[in-house]
Amino acid sequence: MTVWCLVELDGDAAADASLRALTLARGLLPDAGGSGVAAVVFGAPPLADLAAYGAADVYVVSGVDGYAPQAWARVLAELLGADHGPDVSRPAVVAAGTEHGNEVLAHLGAITGLPMAANCVAAAASGGAALDLVRQRWAGLLLEEAVLDAPAVLLTVATDAAGAEPAAAPGAVAVHEVTAAVTDADLAVRAVETPGGTGGVSLATARVVVGGGRGVGGADGFAPLEELAALLGGVVGVSRVVTSEGWRPHSMQVGQTGTKITPDLYLACGISGAIQHFAGCSGARHIVAINTDASAPMMTRADYAVVGDLHEILPALIEALRARG
Amino acid sequence: MNILVCVKRVPTVGGAITLTADSRAIDTKASGFTISPHEECAVEEAVRLAERFGGSVTVVSLGPVEAEEQLRACLALGAAAAVLVETSPGVETGPMATAAALSSVAASGGFDLILLGNEASDTGGYQVGIRLAHLLGRPVATGAKAITVSDDGSSLAASRSYRGVTETFTLPLPCVVTVKEGINLPRYPSLPGRLRAKRAAIKRVPVEAAGHVSAGDVRMTSLRVPDAPRKQATVLGQGPAAVPALVAVLAEIGVIA
Repeated sequence: MTVWCLVELDGDAAADASLRALTLARGLLPDAGGSGVAAVVFGAPPLADLAAYGAADVYVVSGVDGYAPQAWARVLAELLGADHGPDVSRPAVVAAGTEHGNEVLAHLGAITGLPMAANCVAAAASGGAALDLVRQRWAGLLLEEAVLDAPAVLLTVATDAAGAEPAAAPGAVAVHEVTAAVTDADLAVRAVETPGGTGGVSLATARVVVGGGRGVGGADGFAPLEELAALLGGVVGVSRVVTSEGWRPHSMQVGQTGTKITPDLYLACGISGAIQHFAGCSGARHIVAINTDASAPMMTRADYAVVGDLHEILPALIEALRARG
Repeated sequence: MNILVCVKRVPTVGGAITLTADSRAIDTKASGFTISPHEECAVEEAVRLAERFGGSVTVVSLGPVEAEEQLRACLALGAAAAVLVETSPGVETGPMATAAALSSVAASGGFDLILLGNEASDTGGYQVGIRLAHLLGRPVATGAKAITVSDDGSSLAASRSYRGVTETFTLPLPCVVTVKEGINLPRYPSLPGRLRAKRAAIKRVPVEAAGHVSAGDVRMTSLRVPDAPRKQATVLGQGPAAVPALVAVLAEIGVIA
């Protein structure tokens, strides 16, 4: 059997989410944790990364230009189908729980008729033939313990699962060239890429996010949040109420159906803290909440809280920061 | 353009998730249910397309009889017909069986476009739309934050943002597209819409046996709420008087010098 891992690229390097996937994939090897994962890369392989995180073989696929999800899945299906070793234990295909990873593995599940477990945070062989999984529901607000009993394991690894760990004893990698055997139908749906056009600091990677919720009061109430964000070199994010009221565009939403943020500071102003909002902001290193209601979940679950009206506190804070120079 | 939208009834969760005593479901006694958010936007998108190109919108849900509540909410938003694929109470249907059950409804209606949410907000399986497309033999795009249909209605472009670039997928119709919240801002149902929805007949069909699958779905054994990562907040004070303490915290965190 083989443990395959689809590795995505972020520039020239392996994407962080894929390093997490490689880390979890190593745990599925017969010598759990060893080096022996078969990495599959569509593009120039980041061999040093792959070796460090436990790949022993790297399959470099040619013949698919760019991202075509069904074609990528077809290549994985071919590799999986050819996987008839003397060892009868089941093979696995692991990918990152990104839009691409989940999409390709769902196609692979449909092509092969196999189940697929999305956004796993842990996976280990149980006593029997089945695999015990822990996967995220509600964008990680809830964890599901599950059993996967199938001829081959298909799973993706949550992008905020336990961090990527390099292999204890990385070895040499053998590089294999694979020419994709795909049909025109597999290639029919493919991504055409254009620059994203979002200039400045992005919400997902900002070091400081100033959040605004219902307490901002309306579309014209954001001036102090924007001024504070600019002072701190950050950006403004908003709760779902703000986007469903049309006060700000959905691209600014922090939460389960918006963006997951990972700043050093999340300053949540006038946000009560629905649990779906925590799905987006719990990756913040520090949370400070400002709210008139001291018992709001955002206030009780923050690191620091200030009780009061954001429209009085933020101007005073801005003034104090300006006075410091 | 005839459009089918697949919607899911999901629990409304507010301040916290509470589980039932057997830890196999969310306790909904005090919360209620709603349409999975991405799918509410799928209904809005479908209604807008039908308003532009003509044709009608049908909504389908796989779920218990109570899912009629969500189907009626879709009718109030402008869908013309609703189908409930009825499951037994308390039975969770996995993504493979869900796609198989939806495919019989989807194959029969002559639909030019089938829309779903990118993932259900509760189970987050990320696969029903793709499995459905394969069962129907139709092309599929996922995660769309914008859909542009060509003037002659023969193709569409579905786009999304990924790793800082915009990805656009062009598909011939008929096809399947999964969408995400933000593709539009769903309208509030009008009063005539709500009255029409209240009276409308909802077609009920039993769950067909799952089609050919070589293995069963992932089997949930129990649910648990992850440990709360934060302890009780430190209250810095009340109103603007708390600003000096707040400034000190910002300095300690290192976001100001």
